[in-house]
Amino acid sequence: MKLRHAASLALGMGLAVFAGEALAQKTKVTIYTALENDQLGPFKASIEKAVPDAEVVWVRDSTGVITARFLAEKDNPRADMVMGLAASSLLLFEKAGLLETYEPKGASALKPAFRDGAAPYTWTGMDAFLGVVCFNTAEAGKAGAKAPASWQDLLQPALKDKIVMPHPASSGTGYLMVAGWLQSMGEEAGWKFMDGLHQNIAAYLHSGSAPCVQAARGERTVGLALDMRGASEKTKGAPIEVIIPKEGVGWEMEASAIVKGTKVGDVAKKIADWSTTKEANELYSKTYAIVALPGVVNNPPNYPTNAEAGMIKNDLGWMADNRDRVLKEWSRRYESKAAPKN
Amino acid sequence: MSAAAPVATRAGPVPSGPGARASTEARIGAALVWLLGAVLTLIIAAPLWMLLSKSVQSVDGAFVGLANFAVYATTPTLVAALLNSLFVASLSTAIVVPLAFVYAYALQRSCVPGKGVLYAAALLPIFAPSLLSALALVYVFGNQGFLKGALFGASLYGPVGIVIAESLYAFPHALLILTTALALADGRLYEAAEAMGTTRARIFRTVTLPGARYGLISAVFVVFTIVITDFGIPKVIGGQYAVLATDAYKQVVGQQNFPMGAVVGLLLLVPAVLAFFVDRSVRSRQVALLSARAVPYVAKPRRARDLAFGVAAYVIGAMIVATYTVAVWASFIKYWPYNLSLTLANYDFASFDASGWSPYFNSLKMAAASAVIGATFVFFGAYLIEKLKLAPFGRAFAQFLAMLPMAVPGLVLGLGYVFFYNATWNPLGVFYGSLAVLVVNTVAHFYTVAHITATTALGQIDPEFESVAASLKVPFWRHARRVTAPICLPAILDIGVYMFVNALTTVSAVIFLYGSESKLASIAIVHLDEAGAIASAAAMGAIVMATAIAVKLAHLAIDRALLGRLQAWRRR
Repeated sequence: MKLRHAASLALGMGLAVFAGEALAQKTKVTIYTALENDQLGPFKASIEKAVPDAEVVWVRDSTGVITARFLAEKDNPRADMVMGLAASSLLLFEKAGLLETYEPKGASALKPAFRDGAAPYTWTGMDAFLGVVCFNTAEAGKAGAKAPASWQDLLQPALKDKIVMPHPASSGTGYLMVAGWLQSMGEEAGWKFMDGLHQNIAAYLHSGSAPCVQAARGERTVGLALDMRGASEKTKGAPIEVIIPKEGVGWEMEASAIVKGTKVGDVAKKIADWSTTKEANELYSKTYAIVALPGVVNNPPNYPTNAEAGMIKNDLGWMADNRDRVLKEWSRRYESKAAPKN
Repeated sequence: MSAAAPVATRAGPVPSGPGARASTEARIGAALVWLLGAVLTLIIAAPLWMLLSKSVQSVDGAFVGLANFAVYATTPTLVAALLNSLFVASLSTAIVVPLAFVYAYALQRSCVPGKGVLYAAALLPIFAPSLLSALALVYVFGNQGFLKGALFGASLYGPVGIVIAESLYAFPHALLILTTALALADGRLYEAAEAMGTTRARIFRTVTLPGARYGLISAVFVVFTIVITDFGIPKVIGGQYAVLATDAYKQVVGQQNFPMGAVVGLLLLVPAVLAFFVDRSVRSRQVALLSARAVPYVAKPRRARDLAFGVAAYVIGAMIVATYTVAVWASFIKYWPYNLSLTLANYDFASFDASGWSPYFNSLKMAAASAVIGATFVFFGAYLIEKLKLAPFGRAFAQFLAMLPMAVPGLVLGLGYVFFYNATWNPLGVFYGSLAVLVVNTVAHFYTVAHITATTALGQIDPEFESVAASLKVPFWRHARRVTAPICLPAILDIGVYMFVNALTTVSAVIFLYGSESKLASIAIVHLDEAGAIASAAAMGAIVMATAIAVKLAHLAIDRALLGRLQAWRRR
């Protein structure tokens, strides 16, 4: 007993020393994110350089999963911050009262669209991403399909079972595309278009970039996906075209915010300040062509030149308010139909 | 029970001196047995109980009876997944069991040359995560696969791919059971049958098949259970084809709908529990095949049979090896299918996933801890149950719990752990997402086979040793450490390696449990594939497979050295 007592005492002291040390140097900040996997390393390095007392711990999954998880944990939040998550998800959190009110230093310098427009100020935009068409010209040639100039061209019979797109319930890119069609075509025409598209869809994938990767590798002919992934796969040598259909494409913003009730608020605020800096925006612009800070421009090779012009008039508030309803309707139409299709 | 007598009677009448010591020993022993029962309750029974109770709760935790099951039965997508699961599992079983039987027959009942090679080839899938076979198939039969035409236009993504990949993955599990079933036969029966001029087909039907009946039934259930509960393969290659395992994941991780996840988990429990009871009833009816006077059957060379089974076995073995070779080869390809030059870039995991190589090292740590802790704990537990004839109720209880994981698929146990460690009242919740939980889960998941191995080894030791130790007044813990454990060292090593290899390759059990700092290699494969980095996913799978094979080879070498040196007493 004595021995065990001594051991636990020693352990306790050791822990106390350890904790003291950690307090002096590093504070663990758990950040829920939907950033792409390959972005996490550089982001962590840059944050910890700018905020030396922070140690970033990522919890990464697709937008839908992170959103669901964050909402499910609302009584006992495990996250200190949210970063690189769709703004429409953050608007949902804001409505549920889960975000801390804080306007980062430097937020006023950002493009107006990237700032939380309504008080209280809780979230800050980082970058915008678009849902584009990755079109494999080599495979299309074999199938006799013509390159789509309009969304309606995706309905051509030559593309039957040759299109993949992200699942809107789990991928932010998937939802922005569905929301984009519904907003630009109108609800009725939008659903009608998706009914037709569904006939040509081979699979709804759970990632915003995988559809383009699959199209790039010829595993599929068309992948509806994140704009930047299309450009980077083409640069790697894939026989694809990155196409912005003439009606315009849906888009969404990535944003960050501090979680209400976090115990590491001071460090989190410093990280939020970092998110508006030029360094941070330059980091965003490595993966996204359109970022929050004016003047930070990066035209990656093979990125479609008409992208920014092709962005539709998008209402993020509409996207947040209608998310549940749209996803339910989508699931009713396509998920129950998807299973017997095979 | 007989061994309990000396301790008990001696402890009874003599109140002081050595007798008091013996009763202290008995009390400590009984306490340890109950402690074992308590630990097993915590790591096996409690999570399962949570799963059961979650399934009758609403999302908010209120009791709703069978409402969740009603919702399940009336939701077409969910029911479709159930039917899909039954379909692919039945079809895979119908393919795997006959093929494995032919293979086992070639190994045990024919004179095919190169049996060692055949055996090794067939066991290959055991050393890799299930998804690796699916990844390989994408390169072979995918839309850009080099043998795409062999599917006659059918799409790999869906039931076709799931069935092929699951068949490859489940094959060695069926083979191991069937080789054991065909290992022993009474040669006299065959001689008598031949003497009477019975046709070979009839001998096969009336002698061979009945002898292997128990093994066949076991194999059917094992394969069915493996396929229906596997998560990795449908995730990679299932396309839009929903099955129970991916549904459970979607409900729990995607929508955080724990009650519905629990319902799916319980459905997955049905075939495994059924198998458990059928297995027991068949086993109790199984009469000894080998009487004391039996003459072991030894196959004599016969050209036609050896040629037929030899060709069949080599074709199957070659297909298995070829599949995994494709996976390894693909991991070195630059940009399939447009640039086939070789590169090591796919092994630079950090450029595809921020966690880089760390999942691999997490896996090694987790597997090593599971091996050491698992082997120690299981052996000591088996010793308490098998050798100490104390606390009969406690022992029976612990024995029941030790056999329970056999009937619980990894995915279901993993779900139970999620509910158990996520419960707000549970102080152990701080461990959620840590490597420690993964180790505990792995030990619990693979407990039964390890326990049976330990029990068998212990059962082979004459109880006289305990009696002698007792009369020499040596307490059981010293006896266990100085005599029993060294004798059983090969079995303990077996358990350790078994735990290690399974910990390295399991996906289903841990997919719900990992945290940001305890991501494992098998989960990294899922994530890499999800992001489209399929070559890198294959690379991670190849490394896991290489590690598992290396450990197994080291085990064989150590085993040989051990048997040579430490176990010299076994030889006369």
